[in-house]
Amino acid sequence: MTEAAMHRRVASRVPRLRDAVQVGLPVAALAIMLAIIFWIRPAAFSFFGFTLLFRFAIPLVFASLSQMLVIMLGDIDLSNGSFVGLTTCVTALYLENAPAEATLIYVVMIVAYAAFGVLIYVQRLPSIIVTLGMSFIWLGASIILLPSPGGSAPDWLSEFMSWRPPCLPLPIWIAILAAGVGHFFITRSSYGAVLRGAGANARAVERAGWSLIGIRAATYAAAGLLALLAGLTLTGLTTSGDPNVAPAYTLLSVGAVILGGGSFTGGMVSPVGAVIGALTLSLAGSLLSFLQVPPTWQIGAQGVILFLVLAGRALTAERTQ
Amino acid sequence: MSAPTVVAPTVPALEPSPAFLDVRDVHKNYGAVHALRGVNFRIGPGEVVGLVGHNGAGKSTLMNVLAGTVQRSSGTFNLEAVDVTAWSPDRAQDYGLRCVFQELSLCANLDLAENTRIIHRPLRGPGWRKRAGAVILQTLDEIFPNHGVPVGVRVGDLPIGVRQMVEIARAFSVTDTSVRCVILDEPTSALGHEAAEQLLAYIRSAAERGIACILITHRLDEILAVCDRVVVMVDGQIVAERDAKRLSRAALVALMGSIEAPRERTIREDEPASRGPLVVDSPGRGAGDLSIEAALGEIIGFAGLEGHGQRERLRALYSTGRKRSAHGLAPPVAYVAGDRGSEGVFALWSVADNLTIRSVKALRRRGLISSKAERRLAQAWSDRLNVKTPSIDTPILSLSGGNQQKVLFARALASDAKVIFLDDPMRGVDVGTKQEVYQLIRSEAAKGRCFVWYTTELEELTNCERLYVFREGRAAVQLMGRQIEPSRILESSFGGGSD
Repeated sequence: MTEAAMHRRVASRVPRLRDAVQVGLPVAALAIMLAIIFWIRPAAFSFFGFTLLFRFAIPLVFASLSQMLVIMLGDIDLSNGSFVGLTTCVTALYLENAPAEATLIYVVMIVAYAAFGVLIYVQRLPSIIVTLGMSFIWLGASIILLPSPGGSAPDWLSEFMSWRPPCLPLPIWIAILAAGVGHFFITRSSYGAVLRGAGANARAVERAGWSLIGIRAATYAAAGLLALLAGLTLTGLTTSGDPNVAPAYTLLSVGAVILGGGSFTGGMVSPVGAVIGALTLSLAGSLLSFLQVPPTWQIGAQGVILFLVLAGRALTAERTQ
Repeated sequence: MSAPTVVAPTVPALEPSPAFLDVRDVHKNYGAVHALRGVNFRIGPGEVVGLVGHNGAGKSTLMNVLAGTVQRSSGTFNLEAVDVTAWSPDRAQDYGLRCVFQELSLCANLDLAENTRIIHRPLRGPGWRKRAGAVILQTLDEIFPNHGVPVGVRVGDLPIGVRQMVEIARAFSVTDTSVRCVILDEPTSALGHEAAEQLLAYIRSAAERGIACILITHRLDEILAVCDRVVVMVDGQIVAERDAKRLSRAALVALMGSIEAPRERTIREDEPASRGPLVVDSPGRGAGDLSIEAALGEIIGFAGLEGHGQRERLRALYSTGRKRSAHGLAPPVAYVAGDRGSEGVFALWSVADNLTIRSVKALRRRGLISSKAERRLAQAWSDRLNVKTPSIDTPILSLSGGNQQKVLFARALASDAKVIFLDDPMRGVDVGTKQEVYQLIRSEAAKGRCFVWYTTELEELTNCERLYVFREGRAAVQLMGRQIEPSRILESSFGGGSD
């Protein structure tokens, strides 16, 4: 019996190491980037500097968590970015003057998200196609609402986004909070286990008596809610609505999830990792500016950073296997 | 209304207690296919019922109907004398009806506690993880003492045999509702000998505590050893119900409609005079490891307890064989995988595509694959192996497991390979198919092919001319000719006797 217990302990060590590497790698990438930035501009190492560096990471953190939920189910969401765009339009147009209508539109948008999630499951459609189609619906709707950038965010929203909370800058607070809540629900809670199980082996979860339709509707609705939060925070930062403000979020959020240890096979996601991935990717842009890389090269350079981290992960994963 | 007065004539009259589950005249159609055609089945508390039949006889469909994962097309469903109209997996869970499915239904990305949580609703709230871990560990300890399964590890990191143990333990684990009936579909196919024995013993002791079990397996000896009653299915119907105590293996096989072929193997004396050229020659790795040799025309078996290095050795032999044949040093080789789902079939391809993929080179005409030659080859071999399929263009997954396995065999046999490695390929395949394949292997060997065959089923090894019995990662004992008999093999696997 003691021998069996010992065997138990030894055998569980290697997978733990692998899991640590999955989250540790983006953390290391983030630390290295920060070190380079502070080395170039020591002044950035301040409350204000952190706020500036990570301001635009807040919406991306929410968008990445939204994407993470969809990837957890084994799907992918290509409509993420234009949904955020639509949210900024609705927020800038209605939230201040007609809060009830704005809330109603938000609810309809989230229900639509859930409905598309169910449609993907019931009709066995590839999520990549359905969400690509959805992205055009969101984009079209926002262009009808707001043909050119405009409107204005409610004051309370922009004030909140420039609020200076005690101890840590706002973006850091939000990142910690989002990662903590996500970790609790997805990684630790008993329902999180069912959700992750449904992503990896839907049949097994169904056989255990769970309703897959319910699981998918709830998860997609939660993803819609998080994308909505991304849109709201983004409007608070830019103070106006713009249909085309966030097309890059779609792929950046996928990148953040994968960077943070997620995998497309479904069921393998880490909320903490996704948040760190989002911070890393949004910092990559700033780092490249500090390094005086011309803007035309920045997207490519961001790709290279993503590639390097993922390659590192693949290599270490192989070694710990 | 149903007609409760109709009593199936073969059911023994003794019914000591009201049935836990009683289904009458159950039909299940998939389009034009009748998977179940009027099945009457009952099981009482604490009863162990064996369910046998060919692949495609409807055993799995019946199991799914009972478990609620498949809706019956018609028929009555009685649970403890209460009529149930809508049956679903979550209601089955509530009533303590659990299943162990053949293709495991654990989530590979979750650890044991999380997997346990999935079937137990009460495992939630603070501390659920600890409670779930304790529940699964306790049941594992009860069924498989000294199992040594690490609890905090993801299921995907465990070997298949251990996963099977976990799945079985999960089905027997108890939180708020007690377990009333467990349906086990081929539960021992991935278990080693010792674990299988432990499971059978546990099923008996569970039965004494009132837990009913339905055991579906092709290992007839297990059925005879552990069941009270045996139900035989053929073609979607129950054709016989017998008391297991008064049933012999041969009688059971006869009931299933396939006659067990007599051992026509002429036992050659210890060393056949005319052996073909040696095609496998691999020296042992370290002390106590025999060197493995095989010549054309031979059938070599790898025996021993599961997980003692047979598969690793087989794969090593295959990869050296492949490298050597690529350099023209050895004849071509092929490998028949046992784990159909993950390394055997191409799930989206047709039977023909699956069958010919190993022979693409030979089917090339001017750089492109000739579809005419491809179809000819596929047709010829699916006929030769008697693959039961509407046409060779049928998607492979619509075939039954045994027939899929035949296609994998055909893939190797249709190729130019001279040496064929078999990785426990007959796991979970019905007796009739097995006999056909054994025959084919023997005739192909007689034509000069060489087979290296790893199997977990003792009876299968009697087809071999020479055996290597593995123990602790080494080929420990060589048996040949008359020495090949179950008792001798077991003795060598456990390390007693002749070394």
